[in-house]
Amino acid sequence: MKNLLTGNEAIARGAYEAGCLVACAYPGTPSTEILENVSQYDEIRSEWSTNEKVALEVASGAAIAGARSLVAMKHVGLNVAADPFFTIAYEGINGGLVIITADEPGMHSSQNEQDNRLYALHAKVAMVEPSDSQECKDFTKKAFGISETFDTPVLIRMTTRVCHSKGIVELEEREEASIKEYTKDTSKYIMVPANSKPKHIEMETERIPKLRDYSNTTSLNSIKYNDKKIGIITSGISYHHAREVFGDNASYLKIGFSYPLPDKLIEEFAEEVETLYIIEENEPYIETFVKAMGIDCIGKEAIPICGELSPQIIKESLLKEEENEILKLDLNIPIRPPALCAGCPHRGIFYEVSKYKNKIVSTSDIGCYTLGMAPPLGVGDTCICMGAGVSAGIGFDRVNQMAERDKKVFGFIGDSTFFHSGITGLIDAVYNGTNMVVVILDNRITAMTGHQENPGTGKNIIGQEAPMVDIESMVKTIGIKQENIRVIDPYKLDETKAAVKDAYEANEPFVIITKQPCALIKDVQKKRKDLYCQVDQEKCTKCKTCLRIGCPAISFKDGEVTIDENQCNGCTVCLQVCPFDAIEFNGESR
Amino acid sequence: MAKSILLVGVGGQGTILVSKILSQGLMKGGYDVKMSEIHGMSQRGGSVTTQIKFGDKVYSPSIDKGEADILIAFEKLEAARYLDHLKKNGILIVNDEEIYPMPVSSGLAEYPQGVMKALTDTIDNIKIIQATKIAKELGEPRCHNIIMLGSMVKFLGVKDIDWVEMIKQNLPEKVHKINIGAFKRGQNL
Repeated sequence: MKNLLTGNEAIARGAYEAGCLVACAYPGTPSTEILENVSQYDEIRSEWSTNEKVALEVASGAAIAGARSLVAMKHVGLNVAADPFFTIAYEGINGGLVIITADEPGMHSSQNEQDNRLYALHAKVAMVEPSDSQECKDFTKKAFGISETFDTPVLIRMTTRVCHSKGIVELEEREEASIKEYTKDTSKYIMVPANSKPKHIEMETERIPKLRDYSNTTSLNSIKYNDKKIGIITSGISYHHAREVFGDNASYLKIGFSYPLPDKLIEEFAEEVETLYIIEENEPYIETFVKAMGIDCIGKEAIPICGELSPQIIKESLLKEEENEILKLDLNIPIRPPALCAGCPHRGIFYEVSKYKNKIVSTSDIGCYTLGMAPPLGVGDTCICMGAGVSAGIGFDRVNQMAERDKKVFGFIGDSTFFHSGITGLIDAVYNGTNMVVVILDNRITAMTGHQENPGTGKNIIGQEAPMVDIESMVKTIGIKQENIRVIDPYKLDETKAAVKDAYEANEPFVIITKQPCALIKDVQKKRKDLYCQVDQEKCTKCKTCLRIGCPAISFKDGEVTIDENQCNGCTVCLQVCPFDAIEFNGESR
Repeated sequence: MAKSILLVGVGGQGTILVSKILSQGLMKGGYDVKMSEIHGMSQRGGSVTTQIKFGDKVYSPSIDKGEADILIAFEKLEAARYLDHLKKNGILIVNDEEIYPMPVSSGLAEYPQGVMKALTDTIDNIKIIQATKIAKELGEPRCHNIIMLGSMVKFLGVKDIDWVEMIKQNLPEKVHKINIGAFKRGQNL
């Protein structure tokens, strides 16, 4: 049977067909849909883990215990999971272990565009790179096989364009892979120096040479000779871009198994072709290897390192072709950046904090609330990675003190992100005595990635009830004093304002927890679907105070302030900021 | 040679559903299809694009500037923004709808005047659709995307694809009637 699947759906299907039994992940664009789809198969025990490090450790334990296991994450997630990644590479596995990294050339929704192929090289983990949906499925199945044959974890390197492109995939039946017997073997599974030293040597002298032989012979790496004037070595999505540009006018070495790289195949191919191009996205991973072999080639001196590749970029870089003729309009087109949604529960707290803009520094984090930085709210000085909303604030506070800057630090972090890596930062803030405010924006879901459950929501990945971890009790246990904790409804501005004032004036670590579910959660939408606010045009003085909350449902159009009833969910934040009582709410007054 | 369709709109307008129906239909019609839906932070009111390529064999899923055979815009400012991706003799189908981007609604920028006129003056093959208006008349504002679908399928140059069946497969039963009606209304525009 044929089906139209995204790369992510195809990976899930591959895991199913390969007999995978355990799968886990922390959501992150562009990888999120892998676990969402895996979890639809009853045969696979699927879990949202608290972060990527936990996910990889869970999968490693499951693999050692004998089951085919899979773990998926976005590229920066592998930074979080790097610690187990490097050491499970020494240990090897029992049941197959497949690790998926979804990289983001072009940074559609990420803070950087690191090329995780370099992680495979660094940790010496076997790697495959599918180029389309069919390969996503096929390579996942192969990866489990490689993992068990060579006793190694296998990294599947995806990119956004592969994850989120649909292509036709031939489906097959699942082949059950029974749980392998587990035999205690401390020399293999306990990495203390006495065991790690021989393991490292074994990896260098046995596993990698075997994998290199495999790389030179596997069908995952293939040569297609056409015209030999130009030869192209390429991998992943870049192969399809290259095919689109050069068609049959060039020969190809398509690399699907990319760590270790196939040295003999590369040598053979390079000898046959006149000019050798290396076409790859981001880092010169293949190119560096080829050049180190003493082979002449053209790569990053022509093709940009930054951003996503496309056929057009390849044409311009290698063929010096002009741009296509382009239709242009003589218009000034304003940008359409993402914004906090109408009814977003983050709006109220950002609005109240924005009044302190000149008296505070705000360290933000990864999630929808990063958008609090955008005008007109403009709350956010830094955003580095998950957890830094708390911990970078600690460092900032130290220097504010030294420099005698009269600026309080407000750190912002979401509920899921708090579980991911905010807890350790908060412990540090308490332990090291930090006079900062941590705002935990609890919208009862992992929102930015499209609504995944987390330890605070009371549900697991398949929607079953799960124990709920209570953020407030946790904050107390960590050592924030009761009098320095405020749990507020951010739709209520008076409550929010009072909490922000108390927090600003406090001389000890202070936590504000905002509790209101994301406006886009289906049940919330249902509950609030008939609620909206509207402007009484007779009372409205066009002072535009309501525009300062940055709500996309409110606009100033044809000399009037109007509220789009379809977008509005009746959160009433605008009503509460209006100095002239010119906004009315159609629901019960709050 | 593969044909390419670029769909653009604002997060929440239902462009991805239309792309899904289109690509499934094309697959059923026997074509090789690739569809690329890059949706980073776009759920939060940003620009959304999806790209579909179909033909005997499709390699790259990406549509570069000056390459799209058909540009379908669910909002007119987005039509203007992505016009540079349309081929010189390509077709633009645009919904006569105005959604303010955040910088405009907060008074930091202006929504340009005369977008439709500029588009009409620049492109030979333009079709303006009152999809939002018609959808409201039909009593279901959300079906504007299916009206857009109906209005564009004839430009694909493909035959014998049962689009109604594709709509049924992709939508819950209780909204079949209204959306099939919307599709047919779109076809007659």
